[in-house]
This record gives sequence, C-alpha cells and structure tokens, in this order.
Amino acid sequence: MDEPKPSFLARFFLAYVAWFRTVLDADFAEGVVRLRRGQLPANAGTDANAQGPTSRAPAPKPVILRETSPEAALQLLGILQQEGRFVDFLEEDMSGFSDAEIGAAARVVHEGCRRAVREHVTLEPVRSEGEGARITLGEGFDAASVRLTGNVVGQAPFTGELRHRGWRATRIALPKVTQGHDVAVLAPAEVEL
Amino acid sequence: MSTAPNAQYTLGIDLGTTHCALSYVDLDLSEGEEVAQHVLAVPQVATPGTLGESSLLPSFAYLPHPDELERGALTLPWNAEPTLAVGEVARRLGGQTPIRLVASAKSWLCHPGVDRRAPILPPEAPAEVARISPLEASRRYLEHLRDAWNHHHPEAPLEDQDVILTVPASFDPAARELTAEAAHLAGYEHLTLLEEPQAALYSWIQARDAWRDEVRVGDVILVIDVGGGTSDFSLITARQSGRALELHRVAVGDHILLGGDNMDLALAHVVRAKLEERGTPLDDWQLRALTHACRDAKESLLTDARLDAVPLVVPSRGSRLMGGSLRAELTRDEVTSLLLDGFFPEVDADARPTARARSALTQLGLPYAQDPAVTRHLAAFLGRRLGADGTTGGGSFVHPTAVLFNGGVLKSPLLVARIVSMLDRWLGAERAEPVRVLDGADLDLACARGAAYYGYARRGGGVRIRGGTAKAFYVGVETATPAVPGMEPPVRALCVAPFGMEEGTDAEAPPQEFGLVVGEPVRFRFFGSSVRRDDEVGTVLERWGDDVQELSAIEAVLPLEGSAAGEVVPVRLRATMTEVGTLQLVAIPRTGDRTWKVELSVRGDAD
Repeated sequence: MDEPKPSFLARFFLAYVAWFRTVLDADFAEGVVRLRRGQLPANAGTDANAQGPTSRAPAPKPVILRETSPEAALQLLGILQQEGRFVDFLEEDMSGFSDAEIGAAARVVHEGCRRAVREHVTLEPVRSEGEGARITLGEGFDAASVRLTGNVVGQAPFTGELRHRGWRATRIALPKVTQGHDVAVLAPAEVEL
Repeated sequence: MSTAPNAQYTLGIDLGTTHCALSYVDLDLSEGEEVAQHVLAVPQVATPGTLGESSLLPSFAYLPHPDELERGALTLPWNAEPTLAVGEVARRLGGQTPIRLVASAKSWLCHPGVDRRAPILPPEAPAEVARISPLEASRRYLEHLRDAWNHHHPEAPLEDQDVILTVPASFDPAARELTAEAAHLAGYEHLTLLEEPQAALYSWIQARDAWRDEVRVGDVILVIDVGGGTSDFSLITARQSGRALELHRVAVGDHILLGGDNMDLALAHVVRAKLEERGTPLDDWQLRALTHACRDAKESLLTDARLDAVPLVVPSRGSRLMGGSLRAELTRDEVTSLLLDGFFPEVDADARPTARARSALTQLGLPYAQDPAVTRHLAAFLGRRLGADGTTGGGSFVHPTAVLFNGGVLKSPLLVARIVSMLDRWLGAERAEPVRVLDGADLDLACARGAAYYGYARRGGGVRIRGGTAKAFYVGVETATPAVPGMEPPVRALCVAPFGMEEGTDAEAPPQEFGLVVGEPVRFRFFGSSVRRDDEVGTVLERWGDDVQELSAIEAVLPLEGSAAGEVVPVRLRATMTEVGTLQLVAIPRTGDRTWKVELSVRGDAD
C-alpha cells in the first residue's frame, strides 16, 4: 500500500460510514468479515478498474526470463581450456605474431577443442540439405530452428536459398562435479617442483 | 565350477595394457543368435573434481601426494575419498607427474624377472611414494570395474554374474594365475580366463550373421593382435565334427612385448631429433606432448594415403600459446620408413627375429622385444608351428587361409594391406591360395565383446573354440653328475603338462620323484614350449634349443606338520588345468592323502 496512513479524524469518519454500510450491505459485510480474518476482500485485486463483474479481463502474463546455469558454462569453458588451450588463445595478444605462428597455435586449439566438443556434445546440422540449395518452408515451420532473412514478406510457404545449415546439439553430457569443486577455476595454476 | 548358478548377465572384461573395457550380455533378453549386448559406460574421475563416463577405462593408477589435490577431487559415486586415482584422471595427472604414475601394469604382471607381488610400481618413484605391486594395480582396475558395474546394476551384483576375463594367448601360467588372483582379490567369484585372439574371433562371429558362410571346413584362421603393449598371434582351425563346424585353437605365439606405444615413442624420438638439429631442445614434458601429437599424426597418415605430411605442434607450457609453441612435421616418408619398414618390414617367410641392440624403444625395466619387426615375429610364428594345423602337405610354414586383425594399431588400412600382401606373397611362393580377410570387428572393444559373447555362447550351446593349454610345461631336474667347479650341473626337463590340456582336467603325475625339504622353500626351474606338441607326461628332454623357453622358477614348501624340519620327503608333481583357465601344480608325497600347492609366480631369478 503506498497511500499514507489515515488520521484519527479520518478513521472516525471511516468507522461511522462502515457501521452503516455493514448493517445495510451484505456484500460489504462479507468483505469486512474476510478483512478481519486477515484476507483481502474477494474483489480487492480488480477493485481499481472494476466497473462491473462482466468487464474483468485476464491479467497479462508476467514475462519469465530463465536464468541459465553459469556452472555448466564455466565447466565447458574449463574443458575447452584443458583440452584445447581455448582461454589462453583468446587472452593472448595476437598483434605481434605472424600468420604462421597464429596458425600453429590455432591447430592446437582446433584439435583440442574439437576433441572436447565431440566428446561432450553431439552436433548435427539443423537442415540436411547442402548450403545454396533452394528449400521451401511450409506453414507452421519451426521459427526457432529456421530463421528467415532478407525479403521477408508474404505468406507461407516460403521458398528461399539455404545460406547456413544451422547447428543443433542433440546430446550434451558434461562430467558431473563433486561437492565443493570450484568450476570458476578454469585451469589451475601449475607449479613444478 | 566357474559359472554362476543365478547369473542374469555374462560380463566380458578386457584388462588391457593401456585400456580396460567391460561388455555384457543380458541373458534373459537373449535368445539364440539374438544377443542383447551392451558396453558399460564406466564412471571415472575425468579431471580432479569432475566425474565423467566412458566405455574405456585407461589402465593407469596415480598415487597422489596428500597435499596435491583438494578434498573430494577423486570422489566416485561409490567412494568419497579414494586414496589412489584410476582411469582418465590418473593418466592426466601422470602426464604431468610421471613419478607417481603406474602404467603398463599388465606388462609387469608377466615379467618373470621381478617379484610381481612386491610393491615395485612406479619404478621411478622416489622413496616417499608408497608403491604398489603389479598384482595390486590389476586388482585396483578390476575393483573399479566391479564398482562401476554394481553402481549401474545394483540389482545384479557382479559377484553373482559370470565374468570372462581376457588375457594374451602368450601369457605364461604364472601371469594367468596372477590375473586370476587379482580378480579374486577384487571380489570376482565366478571367473573364467579367455585368450584375447579367441575373444576377437568370438566378437567377429557375433558381429557377422552369416559367419558360417565365410568360414569353411579346413580353414586355418590366423589372428593377429597388435595392441598398445603386446603383439599376439594365434592359429584357429575349422574342422568338421559330426554335422557341425568346430573351431580349434591350435597354436599361440610367444610373448612379444611390442605394440603401438613403442611405435609412437619411436616416431616422437625421430621428430625430437629433427627439432634438436634446429637447436630446440625438448624437456620431458614436451616429449610426452610430442608423443601424443605423433600418435594422432600417425593415425592420420596411416589412414589417409593422400596425406603427405601432418604438422605437429607442441604447445608451450605457460599460458602464452603463440611464442613458445614448437612446430615440426611428420612426413609420410618418415612414417613409412619407421613404422612400415621398422615395425612391419617386407620380409621373406623364412625370416626370423634377430636379437640386436635397440635404441629409443625401451622404457626402464620391461623386457621389450629385441626385434621390433612384427612381420619377422609373424614369419617365425608360422614357420615354427608347421604341422599345427593338422596338415602334412609340403611347405615351409603353416598356410593360413583367413586372417583376422585385432588391436588398435591394426585399424590402419595401410598396415593391414602390408601384412596381407606379404602373407599372399609367402603363400604364392608355395603355390597356396591368398588369405581372406575377416573384417567387420570393432577393434577397440572386440575383446570385451567377444568375451561376453563367449560367456553367453557356452551356456546356450553356441559355437565354441576348443583350446586347452597352448604350451607343454617342463620342470627342471638336476642330473647327478660329479660337481665341476664353475660349472652348473646340467639340467634335464621333465614334461609335467602336455600340449592341449583342456580346462578342468588333470595330467597324470610322472613317475619321477623330487626331494622336498620339510619347512624350507625348494625351487625348481620351469620351462614351457609352444612348439613341442607331442611330448607326453614323463618325457625327459636332455637338451633343447630355442623351442623351449625358461619361465619364472616355481617353488614348493612342505609345512612342518608331522615331519621334522630338514627331513627330505619324496614327492611327485601333478599338473591340473583349472576351470578358471589357470595351470596348477601340486606336490604329492609318496604316502598320505595331503597334497601341496606349488607356487608358480615367485620372484624370478632365472638367469
């Protein structure tokens, strides 16, 4: 409630009005009973715009944004670092190096990350057709897995050129983590004795 | 009996030099040739603190320092605080800290020159590391597999199931007995040992619906198994028995400690030499990383004949990836000259392995094969087993009609092609038909799958390979000649177990008696021959060549019951082939009913 609390005089007036209304109006009396039990009156939520019982519209659904698990993301990042030196690669300043040196490092990253991803995630293209093929999307196609671009007008079926096949993970199996294991440590520091 | 009365599953376990795997057949859901078979996803710590699952369990154990890992880093679903790491995490940690890594326990288990029950692994460990024995390491791997199984199948505990464990065909009796002992210590109740090449053939049979059309009566199947650590050959013949086809394993090769790991190491040394020529020395860590890179490069070059070279990169150890990485490349010429010509050279059928000094192939301690040429070992195997297939036709070696490949190294089509073309050349020179290649087996999991299938087949009357002992065994008898200073008294070899003894049978005890001193361990020299097929119990060899090999010594102790210490009791020795598949020797005194077990796996001091 953001209204200020009523003054003594206002409260006296309210009690006076309420006494009569309680006696004369059965619905109002029912509301007072509920109030005394600690519940809100039945129409309290819609009171503000309730001009009559027929005009009640369903409230708009609150927008729910899911929180994705940062644990799994950190874990995958850790795996990419351990297997393919991914974080080392991203964090390195490339400017001073020749393409040959960057290429050599890319090999390490590519080989290791690919091995890691293939071990933990099964990937397959969303569309099996070759890129450049003309495909037709019928009514009710899955807009989450196929994105329309360019001259998007008219009605389904849509016909267009497949520019990117898309990727879908059909399986993900990350290692389980023991209690107390800190996934934020992507790679422990190494000290050789 | 080694079969479990209430088993719901038969389990096949491949206890490999570098990897273990477990496959299983659900007996209730299997009927005839319809076999419900799976491979167990083995839970194992992947990196400290994370638990993954994989069908392969790397055969490595790591002995961590008490302060090395955070609490719970090695937690498994069935053990909150293991003191020792097994599997993937062990291999990983061991890559950084080799002094605490136990590797190749299987090779140590068949090493006659060491006490395999003594804590000797890792061999390079400093004094403060509590080492473990090869037996203990094997036990740990088997315990891990047991716990993994029980974790996934709490309703069918492993001790109630039939377990078939594969061993190399060339394992000697002591190594087989130690393997069975490790399994027993790990709580395996119903155990049978099966030779790996046989398991590979069972796996092939199971994978091929029409195998009966591909194998004919009179076939001589050569199984070539080149794994990470060992090479193993077997010959299996197909005979008519009534109306059915019967398979007989008629010969196995001698133990050759030579495998894919040696090849990777050899390649890494070549690349290291190239790098050092350019003035870039490598430390141990880099050499290990290079060996890894060489393995991948080798696989690419041996699979894809169009590649001419594969670049290798050894990343720097620090977080800076660009500056410190080393680059080299492995070329097709190098792989060809080193692997094809070094390990699989073109040789003639009469070639024999040579004993010569090796470089770069050995790690500390293990008795690696003197000659790295697998093909020369193969020629020797076929040449020395002439007549094993039951034929008497002319020819200088056994003529195989079909060949089955097993082991990760032989995934390479180039190596397979080299071996097949050579076999065909040998056969062509003696006017025999070329060999047929039996293909279609999954080389990584064939042994485990074949073993589980064998466990199922032997219950349901499926096809079985008959085998028995692949060697004849002899006990050394010192001859009574006047002692000559500086000369050992000559030794004769008395045959106590003939070739081809079947599981569950006893040999007769030869009439010769040995004197055992009560209360004192008495050692005998022990010999085996995979070539002398006709010697019977009681045969005495006066002298022999390289057809008889000395095995680790055997030892008998008569306890002090009822006899005075120092008294000499005459005994005879009787050999038994147990249901499990191990050889047992007992000493039988002239009087009384008691017998005494003769220990096969004592510390060897054969030389």
